[in-house]
Amino acid sequence: MQAFSNLLEQLYYTSSHNAKAALIIDYLTQTPDPDRGWAIAAIAGTLRFDFFKRNTIKQLILERVDPVLFDMSYEYVGEMSETVAHLWPESEKQDQPLPLLSEIIDQFASASRQSVPSILAGYLNSMDAAQRWALIKLGTRGLRVGVSARSIKQILARYGDKPVEEIERLWHGVAPPYTELLAWLEGKAEAPDISDQITFSPVMLSHPLAIEDVLPWQCKQWQVEHKFDGIRVQLVIQGEDKALFSRNADDISHTFPDLLEQVSGEAVIDGELLVMHDGNVAPFNDLQQRLNKKKPSKKLMQTHPAGLIAYDILKLDNNSLVDLPLSKRRTYLLDWVKEQSSQRIKLSDTLNAESEEALRSLHQHASDDLAVEGLMLKRVDSIYTPGRPKGQWYKWKRDPKLVDAVIMYAQRGHGKRSSYYSDFTFGAWQGEKLLPIGKAYSGFTDEELKKLDNWVRRNSMGRFGPVREVKKELVVEVAFDAVHPSTRHKSGVAMRFPRINRIRWDKPASEADTLDNVMDLIER
Amino acid sequence: MHPQEWMSVEPPGLYCKPADIYIDPMQPVAHAIVTHGHADHARSGHGTVYASDDTIAIMQTRYGEEMAEKTLGLAMGEIKQFGDPDDPVLISLHPAGHILGSCQVRIEYRGKVLVVSGDYKRRPDPTCDLFEVIPCDVFITEATFALPVFTHPPIEHEIDKLLTSVAVFPDRCHLIGAYALGKCQRVILGLRNAGYSKPLYLHGALIKLCDFYQSRGIELGKLIPVSEVEDKKTLTGEIVIAPPSALADRWSRSLPNLRTVMASGWMQIRARARQRLVELPLIISDHCDWPELLQTIAEVNPQEVWVTHGREDALVHQSTKMGYTTKALRLIGYDDEDETG
Repeated sequence: MQAFSNLLEQLYYTSSHNAKAALIIDYLTQTPDPDRGWAIAAIAGTLRFDFFKRNTIKQLILERVDPVLFDMSYEYVGEMSETVAHLWPESEKQDQPLPLLSEIIDQFASASRQSVPSILAGYLNSMDAAQRWALIKLGTRGLRVGVSARSIKQILARYGDKPVEEIERLWHGVAPPYTELLAWLEGKAEAPDISDQITFSPVMLSHPLAIEDVLPWQCKQWQVEHKFDGIRVQLVIQGEDKALFSRNADDISHTFPDLLEQVSGEAVIDGELLVMHDGNVAPFNDLQQRLNKKKPSKKLMQTHPAGLIAYDILKLDNNSLVDLPLSKRRTYLLDWVKEQSSQRIKLSDTLNAESEEALRSLHQHASDDLAVEGLMLKRVDSIYTPGRPKGQWYKWKRDPKLVDAVIMYAQRGHGKRSSYYSDFTFGAWQGEKLLPIGKAYSGFTDEELKKLDNWVRRNSMGRFGPVREVKKELVVEVAFDAVHPSTRHKSGVAMRFPRINRIRWDKPASEADTLDNVMDLIER
Repeated sequence: MHPQEWMSVEPPGLYCKPADIYIDPMQPVAHAIVTHGHADHARSGHGTVYASDDTIAIMQTRYGEEMAEKTLGLAMGEIKQFGDPDDPVLISLHPAGHILGSCQVRIEYRGKVLVVSGDYKRRPDPTCDLFEVIPCDVFITEATFALPVFTHPPIEHEIDKLLTSVAVFPDRCHLIGAYALGKCQRVILGLRNAGYSKPLYLHGALIKLCDFYQSRGIELGKLIPVSEVEDKKTLTGEIVIAPPSALADRWSRSLPNLRTVMASGWMQIRARARQRLVELPLIISDHCDWPELLQTIAEVNPQEVWVTHGREDALVHQSTKMGYTTKALRLIGYDDEDETG
């Protein structure tokens, strides 16, 4: 645990990717199994369980610290693990070395629910602030030390001098503490055999389109499809064994059993998950009712049945298709969809755009269908390459909608933005009154963030807990993908993915948009 | 008469009406008492400035001889009479332990005593006198680090972290961001006390104030301006000190293989260090940490506590819990989260 805590501390304060990689490789060289494998899992986010809940930590700290002071501290620090690490009362330093990382993991894994708080408190007592921080981050599986799941694979590839694609292929078939994988990387064993497992294959991603990317337009080179407004999923079927993965490889099968019932055969399908009524695709709002429900009720599955729009196929009857061009894969996909003969398994249609004008017109009208948020442009000769290869696939989202709104409240951000005021509630006019219509956390540069933060501090009128009310003077141009009627908000509208497009330092608040202007943007 | 009758918060700052004098005013005023030389407390352009001799000298070093129409140096503890001679206000300055020349202000009027702490700390600091506990009716305290997450480690511990890093990374140039007045000299002395006798290299903005410290008998050892180093590559393995703003500035790009270090009380919060791309945070503060703020209130033991710039809420809460009548004074304009921490 000591070595792991040191590693996290160093990774946290290191900015360059190369230097981070060097630190991790050094750790892998110095640290024995199974500790190093657990560390990899913690960094890559593949630990399967939380050691303790955030609430458990909160209870423990509230037994030791004034709740008011805890709230103020948390609001200021912006991160639970660090707040607790600093606030935990320092006890007499014990000379005993900390247990191994693997011992701590085993202990939490086998602990009964009732005993978790006392085990945790025991460890926190014996640690210094940096170690407490590391343990809480580890135990709640939120490391955030600037090493992504993708870069950890690249680092492993570098460590073992193997192509990263090989690691990506194996990754979802191996589990922490990755003893076999590491042995293979070190040339001490064969590559792990994953042929009998249902695994997720890394997905191919698109780039946002700048129209010049595809000009002059040659329609024969491109497959044009709708970009559906659902969630990207991968369906893996091996006879009776079936699984549905999100694009981050989370297994979400249990949330959508009604979809898995509809499919059969042996295939890996790439597609969009949406709610469908008799073959009609419903907008994202409907799908939202189904997300994050661990066990959906029968009734919900009847009123909001899940369906799939299939757009690619990676594997059929045990044959990998990823090295075939898209045009070829599509013929296999057609066959597979036909075989399913389900109203809720649909093919993503290709669209005709013979000229640049036709393409632009398609883009303009794409969102006439509420379940569509733009176009996808894919090279017909693209092979299925995990990651985000250049020049192969493009997404062309519809143009965002814009309103000028007035900043009303601000709250400090978390993580990287801790202690900056970076979360803003903005409003539109209804007569003489401003009504809040949404919240935005993004869209501005770091430089603008500093200016906004400074503005909030200078123009603060009052506080409600962590929220600062500000003078109703600053106008921001808010961009958003769509706006829906909502009964949950006082203003009666809910925005989808609002972000701050521009800060209108120049514009007087009285000239911001009215709630009626916003209502007019609701699509029906 | 209760101090709230004669002490108020006005747009320029804290104001004592019967003496017609402001304390650390943000805007030019006729009569000002300046507690210490940090730029957010000491502004130029006042009529008469009353301060310690060191603070006046620091202000003149920073703003030039013309920084005020008139200056009047007060010795620590010297009582000066203001206002109506038949109904006088008695004002004196007392050590605050913050930086060279820093002081608290004691104001006595019609039988009541109010003390303005200015910025202060309780740790021993070889560059200034130790904070003096002054009995009073109203104690106005700063609250820069007034949250229980702030507990400053001993400076020796932080200097040791720095020297370990210098030993582990001999091929890197350690660039320390430290505020030009106070922090810089404290870091230098910390290094000297730990036995580091090599020359230290300074950004141009730090030189005048270091010279001033040396002229006041504070021995800082051999200091070399970076601008005088012809081949910057020779700074590999050396320690350079610069104002915090220079860390990410073009200036620092001429230095070889940088390791960025920052000395500030804010460095306790990880994200603060990350936001500035600091690789080695040193928690060195010229303010009180949370336990010291509470200790000070208990030792001063006033009737009332007024809390100014910083995280007032937490200190108001805790001080009230300790049994003191406490309120927050909302003073605008002090940099509550800047580089002077």
